[in-house]
Amino acid sequence: MQKGLLLNSFIALMGIFFIGRLFQLQVIRGENFDPIRNAAVKVKYDYPERGYIYDRNGTLLVANQLSYDVMVQPNQVKPLDTIEFCKLLKITKQDFLKKFKKADNYAPWLPSVFLKQLAKEDFAFLQEKLHKYQGFFIQKRIIREYPIKSAANVLGYIGEVNEALAKTDEYYQPGELIGKEGIEKQYEEYLRGRKGKKLFKRNNLNKITGSYQNGAKDTLAENGKDLTLTLDIHLQQYGQELMKGKRGGIVALDPATGEILALVTAPSYDPNMLVGRKRSKNSTILFNDKISKPSYDRALLAAYAPGSPFKMMNGLIGLQEGVINVNTGFSCSGGFRYGSRKREYMGCHCKIYGRKVRLNAAIAKSCNSYFSNTYKRIIEKDNKPTQGLNNWAKHVKSFGLGNYLGYDLPAGSPGLIPTGDYYDARLNYRWNGSSTISNAIGQGEILTTPIQLANFTAAIANRGYFYTPHILKKVDKKPILDSIYTEKKITTIAKEHFNPVIEAMHEVFKTGTGKYSQVKGIEICGKTGTSENFAFVNGKRVQLADHSILVAFAPKKNPKIALAIFVENGGYGSTIAAPITSLMIEKYLNGEISKANKYRETKMLNLSLQTEYDKLIPKPTEEIASGTE
Amino acid sequence: MRQEQNNIFANIDWVLVILFTILVCFGWLNIYSASKAEEDLALLSFGTKYGKQLIFIVLTIPLIVFVLFFNTKFYERFASILYVLSLIGLLLLLPFGKEINGAKSWFNFGALGLQPSEFVKAFTALALAKLLSDRQYNLKLVKNQIKAFIVIFLPACLILLQPDAGSALAYVVFFFVLQREGLTKAYMVLGIGSLIIFILTILFNTYSILYFLLGIITLFTLYFMYKEGKRFLRFNWYKVLGVYAVITLFVLGIGVAYNNVLQQHHRDRFEVLLGLKTDNQGIGYNSHQSELTISSGSITGKGFLKGDLTQGDFVPEQHTDYIFSVIGEEWGFIGSSLVIILFMALMYRIIYLAETHTNKFGRIYGYGVASILFFHVVINIGMVIGLLPTVGIPLPFFSYGGSSLWGFTILLFIFIRLDAHKNYDF
Repeated sequence: MQKGLLLNSFIALMGIFFIGRLFQLQVIRGENFDPIRNAAVKVKYDYPERGYIYDRNGTLLVANQLSYDVMVQPNQVKPLDTIEFCKLLKITKQDFLKKFKKADNYAPWLPSVFLKQLAKEDFAFLQEKLHKYQGFFIQKRIIREYPIKSAANVLGYIGEVNEALAKTDEYYQPGELIGKEGIEKQYEEYLRGRKGKKLFKRNNLNKITGSYQNGAKDTLAENGKDLTLTLDIHLQQYGQELMKGKRGGIVALDPATGEILALVTAPSYDPNMLVGRKRSKNSTILFNDKISKPSYDRALLAAYAPGSPFKMMNGLIGLQEGVINVNTGFSCSGGFRYGSRKREYMGCHCKIYGRKVRLNAAIAKSCNSYFSNTYKRIIEKDNKPTQGLNNWAKHVKSFGLGNYLGYDLPAGSPGLIPTGDYYDARLNYRWNGSSTISNAIGQGEILTTPIQLANFTAAIANRGYFYTPHILKKVDKKPILDSIYTEKKITTIAKEHFNPVIEAMHEVFKTGTGKYSQVKGIEICGKTGTSENFAFVNGKRVQLADHSILVAFAPKKNPKIALAIFVENGGYGSTIAAPITSLMIEKYLNGEISKANKYRETKMLNLSLQTEYDKLIPKPTEEIASGTE
Repeated sequence: MRQEQNNIFANIDWVLVILFTILVCFGWLNIYSASKAEEDLALLSFGTKYGKQLIFIVLTIPLIVFVLFFNTKFYERFASILYVLSLIGLLLLLPFGKEINGAKSWFNFGALGLQPSEFVKAFTALALAKLLSDRQYNLKLVKNQIKAFIVIFLPACLILLQPDAGSALAYVVFFFVLQREGLTKAYMVLGIGSLIIFILTILFNTYSILYFLLGIITLFTLYFMYKEGKRFLRFNWYKVLGVYAVITLFVLGIGVAYNNVLQQHHRDRFEVLLGLKTDNQGIGYNSHQSELTISSGSITGKGFLKGDLTQGDFVPEQHTDYIFSVIGEEWGFIGSSLVIILFMALMYRIIYLAETHTNKFGRIYGYGVASILFFHVVINIGMVIGLLPTVGIPLPFFSYGGSSLWGFTILLFIFIRLDAHKNYDF
C-alpha cells in the first residue's frame, strides 16, 4: 500500500474538504437561509386600506380614494395602432414615444407607470379597450383624499418610502407608501395596518408555478385603524380663515384635558395639493417657497421671544418666592434704571405716574418697571445670581417651557429658557439680575413656541397644572389611555397665587389692551404683547413692524379654551391678535359670531399684511438691473 | 475457458456492483427531479430527459453483459487495438463531428449523439496498463517514461483539438498511476510547483513573482558561498546559472500560457474563483446559483421533488454538470455527504482490489479507473460547491448523458471483469 499512498491520501483529503465545505454551506449558512429571500419564492403583498381620520366631532378629515394608473411592461408590448391608442389616452404621439422610451430605458421587463391617475370617467372606458394593447394594463392604487381642505400641517401627507429606510426596515419595500409628516407620520403604525403576504413558487422565467408550502407562511392583511383627533375642524378652519394674508400661528387647547382644539399655521395650503397628478409640481411650489414657508408649521416650530405674556410668569414666581405680595408696590417713572450708564435704562408705557404700581395694574397695563424690580428680587434673593436664576428657571420649566413638550406630532422646537449655568458659561460669571433684565419682560434670551405659550396659558387657567397637549383622541373609537396625556403635570407655583394674576388678566380684556375685543357674556382673560424684530434685506438691517402676541383663556371660571396667537409683523397685540383671539373664543364657546361682533370678523378676514411682508423680499439691486457696470 | 465463464457471477465483486447500482439509481432520481416538467410524461420515452436517461440506464445491462463476456486475456491482447481504434474515432471527429457549444465532441446518429472522449478514457487506461505491465518495461528509463507520456497525452491532445479542455485535463490523473508504478518524484515536484506558480501568477504580476523567486535563489547562492567559500561557485557555477535560467523560462512560460494560450473565459473562471472578480450575474452566475441552491437545502434537505430552486430551474445545466446541486438542495447535508462517502468507498474498494491483483495488468488498470473517477468527482463537485473553477466535466454515474454513463460503466466493469479472474491468469 505504501506506493499507493498518494492517491489514497488525495481521496481522503477530497472527502475532508468537500464534507467540510458542505458543512459550511448547508449547516452554517443553510440554517440562516431565509425562504423569503429565495429567488424561487415570489412574495405578493395585499395592501390593507389605510385608516381614516376624523375630528373630535366625527367629521371626516382624511379618506381614501381609488386611483387608476396605466402601466406598461415594455418587453410585452406588440406593435400597435399608436394613433388610436393616443386618442384613447388623450395624449400626443410625442408624449407616447417619450413615456414609452422612459419605461423601456428603466427596465423593459418590469412594469412602469405609463400614465398616472386617470380621471374616473376615463377609467371605465379604457378598461374595456385596453385588452387590445398587449403590455399595457391598469393598476389600481389607493391614495388619500381630504374632504375638508384644511389642517394640512396637522394631517401631514404620505409618500413613497425612501430607499434608505426600505433597506433597513424590514416592513417596507421600495415604492410603498409611508406617512411623511404630521399625523400620517406620527401614527403611521396605526394607520397603515399590516399588509398581507402571499408566497408563491416561481421558476427562472419568473412564472408563478403554485403557492409556496401550500400557503403555510402566508399572512392576512389587517386594516389600518381609524383615528379620531382632538381637533375641532370648524375652529381650525375658522382660524385659518382669520389668518389669511398674515403669517403666524394659533394654538388652542382645552385646558381641562390638554387636547389640541386648533393648530393653525399661516400661510397654509390645501392638503389635496399633495395628492394626485399635480403632486410633484405642487410640492416644488410649497417646499421651495423659502420666504412665506407654507410647509413650515409655525405653531409648533417657530420659536419667538414671548414678550409681555411672560410677565405673568415673573409675577407668579415672585409671589411663590415671597419676594412680592399682591400689595407690593413699585414706582414707575416711565422706565426702569438698572445701571448707572445712560443706556442702562428700560422704557415703560404703563403711564402710571404718581402712585405705586401693584400686581394687578402691572399686568393690566404691562408695566416694565414693576416686573424688572420683581425679577431683580427673584434673582438676587440669595445674593448669588446663578442660584437665583436657576431657581427661576426651575419654576419656568415646570410650565413646560424650554423643552419639547412631548405632544404627539413629529415636529417641534425646544425654545430656550436660560439658567444661571447658561449665563455663567456664556458671560463667564460676570452677570447679575440687572444684566439679564430683559428676561423680566419676556425678551432677551427667552424663546418659546406658540404651542408652549398656549400650554403655559392652560396651566394658568387651571390654576397650577396642565396636561401634555395632544392631538389623538381615539383609536378605532376607543379613547387613548397613554399616561403621558392623561396624567396631570403640576407646576411649582401654589394654587392661591394664580387668582390675583388671573384677575389681572381679566382686567386686560376689561380695561386694558384687550378692551376693544370683548365679547358680551364671555369673561376673557388674556395678555397682549409685542416683540421687536429685525431682518436683513439686501444686506441691510431693517426694522420691521413688531410681532403681535397674545395669550388668553375663557371663561374665567371653569375655562374651556386656552390659546396663544402669534402674528408676524402684526404690530401691537391689541390691533390684530386681540380681535382674532376674541373671535376664536366666541366661535368655539358660542358656535357663531354674534351680530354685534360681525364687523370685527369682517375686518379681520379682510386684513392682509402682505405689504409688510413684501419688505422682506430682496429687490434686485440697481447694479444688477442696469447691468452696465 | 469454459469453466471461467461459468464462474463469472460467483467471482465478481458484488460490493462494486452494488455501489454502482446505488449511484446510478440515485443519479436518475436527481435527473428526474431536475428535468421534471409540470405534466408527467411516460417514463420510458425519448420525449423527456429523464425518460432518455432511463433508457440509457436500462441499456447498460446488455452493455455490462457484453463487457463481462470477454476475459482478461482478450483485454490484455486487444488493449492496443482498442486504443488505436479510439484514437481514430477522435480523429474522425475533426471532419465529421457535430459542433455543439463551439466544440466538435459529438458524432450524430439521428436523434442520438455519441461522445467518443467518454469512452477513450477506459481504453487509454487499458493501453497504459498494457504498456507498463510488460516484463521488459522499466519506468526508470527516460525512454520508457516518454513512451508512457505519449500514450497518455495523444488522446488528450486530440480532445484538446475539439476543443474540450475539461475532458483533456482528465488525462493528467494518469500521473497517479505512473507514480504508483515508480515514476521519480521530480515530476511530482515539478507538477505541484507549476500549479503553485500558476496560481501566484494569476494573483500577482508575472514579473514580481519572477523577481521574488530569483531573489530567493540569490539568497541561497550567497548562503552557500558564505558556507563553502569561493569553491562553491567554481564547481557549481553551471548549476546556479541553470537554476536561474530554468526558473526564468518557467515563470515567463506560465505567464505567456496564462495570458496568451488560455482564452478570456478561462481566465475569468480562475479569477472569479480566486475572488479577484465578483460577478454573480455573468460568469459567476452558475456557481453563485448552485452554491445558493445547495445552502438552501440545509441539513436534511427539502425532500425529493420539493427543492424550489431546482424545480424553478434556477441552476443552469443542472441535469448535467450541476447535478450535485439537486442532491444538495433536496437531500441536504446528509444526502450530499453520503454521496461523497459512496464515491470514496467506490474508489477505495477499487484501489483495495487492485492491490490484491497478482497480475500487474489488472492492478495498473485498477489504478487508472480509481484515478479517473477521482478526477471527475473532485473537479465536478469542487466546481458545484464553489471550491474549484468552472470546468465542464460530468459527475460519474450521476450526470445526464448516455456516452458518459456508458463510458464509466465500461471503465468500471472491465475492472470488475479483470478482478473476477485475477488468480486464473497466473
